[in-house]
Amino acid sequence: MSATTVGGVASVDVPMVLAEQVTKSFGSNEVLKGITLEVKRGEVMCLVGPSGSGKSTFLRCINHLEVLSAGRLSVDGELIGYRESNGKLYEMAPKEAAKQRRDIGMVFQRFNLFPHMTALQNVMEAPLRVKGMPKAKVESNARDLLARVGLADRADYYPAHLSGGQQQRVAIARALAMEPKLMLFDEPTSALDPELVGEVLDVMKGLAREGMTMIVVTHEMGFAREVADSLVFMDAGVVVESGLPSEVLANPRHARTQTFLSKVL
Amino acid sequence: MNGAAAGQTPPLREAASTSEPIKAIRLRHPWRMVFAVLLVAIFAFFVVDAAFRPAYDWPAVGKYLFDRRISMAALVTIELTVFSMVIAIILGVILAVMRLSPNPVVKSVAWFYLWIFRGTPVYVQLTIWGLISLIYTSIDIGLPFMTPWISFSTNAALNTFTLAVIGLALNEAAYMAEIVRAGLLSVDKGQEEASVALGMSWSQTMTRVILPQSMRVIIPPTGNEVISMLKTTSLVTAVPFSLELFTRSRDISAETFNPIPLLIVASIWYLFFTSILMVGQYFLEKRFSRGVGDRQTDKSDPAAPTTGAITGVVPVVGAGQPTVVLPPRTDAPGTTGDGGAR
Repeated sequence: MSATTVGGVASVDVPMVLAEQVTKSFGSNEVLKGITLEVKRGEVMCLVGPSGSGKSTFLRCINHLEVLSAGRLSVDGELIGYRESNGKLYEMAPKEAAKQRRDIGMVFQRFNLFPHMTALQNVMEAPLRVKGMPKAKVESNARDLLARVGLADRADYYPAHLSGGQQQRVAIARALAMEPKLMLFDEPTSALDPELVGEVLDVMKGLAREGMTMIVVTHEMGFAREVADSLVFMDAGVVVESGLPSEVLANPRHARTQTFLSKVL
Repeated sequence: MNGAAAGQTPPLREAASTSEPIKAIRLRHPWRMVFAVLLVAIFAFFVVDAAFRPAYDWPAVGKYLFDRRISMAALVTIELTVFSMVIAIILGVILAVMRLSPNPVVKSVAWFYLWIFRGTPVYVQLTIWGLISLIYTSIDIGLPFMTPWISFSTNAALNTFTLAVIGLALNEAAYMAEIVRAGLLSVDKGQEEASVALGMSWSQTMTRVILPQSMRVIIPPTGNEVISMLKTTSLVTAVPFSLELFTRSRDISAETFNPIPLLIVASIWYLFFTSILMVGQYFLEKRFSRGVGDRQTDKSDPAAPTTGAITGVVPVVGAGQPTVVLPPRTDAPGTTGDGGAR
């Protein structure tokens, strides 16, 4: 809606995510020290960096799970968490924030599936309750999505009876059920046994091919090299280096990037 | 290839394929047996002795067990328990949510309530409720310092049964609040985040995601509280309300000058009700452990360690009185509340 025209620029040119000097502090601990970056429509961006560098916090800011301390962050031309009018910022009511989150899918490191619901119910929950769509339509959509992540035959399983990789694929289907315009992945394969990582990455590659805009916090450099359009290296709350994955991975310019990559590659 | 593999590890393969059950002489536990026999003997002696001891007056027990006054009083006890518990659970959920509220005023109000109602004996509270009409002679509805719109006498509006229910419920709500709070906190933080990230509202997150999961932690101690409440109803004589089981039995025995058989009659009724409650609790627990029955086998499950740790604490928080043991369970892993049952 607000992605129509901004200053005479056509809507297709509005970046999907625009972060300007995003800062976040927990008490006196400054976790993000002014992150500025842009994610274009259809772009896949990988965020890498040592643990504690603020990658996950930044990702959570995009979804308003964390509230910014300073800076501006907008998704699809729409300011996140605030409304701007007459040059003043107004904090959003929880209802409005919830509305923004509908369009942003999120996948967590620990899956966070609802354990008291089956895989199918997990996928159906949000479209039913949040969008209020008719049940029959929601169910057929949910079954399609489960089939898309290769779990059509696991629809009636509870999360506890699924492997980690299967749980994460259900979680991806659950996020996709809201038809988001942006998908955030917070270390989606870090909690998985090594042999299960591939099945989740395959689903994510499929999504990328279909043109989904994605921001992926990951340690999977192979995935970044193969799928990502851009790679951002963060350390200690700042963007140290960014660029094409092939370039950054092959010729890191900064010493910190070099040190990090020498450990993970 | 098969041959090569066998050549490398022949002993292992041999052992695996030809393993048979161990045949060994069992370790004897003679003292266990001696102790068991001794216990049974003492118990049997006590039973036989009791059967012939005149003070128990078993014929009187039989006579009064189904006395109409007693069975009516038993019904009143059930009514007191159900009404008080329903109000206490509703109020407890509200107080628990208030205590977890980010608003410091709301939080403090809930804390203050708990401080008062958990910090004074229920018997004292019931006595005060009985005297409420001396403190507040009339109930007025209207604006302060103005002529009330509606006004009626406290004595007329609140009979002793109502006062007993209010007294029991308000006291119990404080304990229920702690149980519900522990249950809400036992649900992994990631559940709320996942729900919120999907665009669900606070109330949807609560009712669809958090509360159903916390039920597994809330139900065992709540069952204990119901059983505890059933017995606490015997204190409403402080109001004074005299139509429930214990006070009624005492009143009857005051006429017959034979208190012991009537105490036994009352105890039999209490035991009968608590037994039914225990069975009901068992089935409720099964219902709410859906999808988590065998979660211990899944090491990557985020909620597993949290729930185990929290349930151990719950009964301590909620236990106002000695409580009865939980029914035995067959599904050993993933069960809750075992640690707290006494």
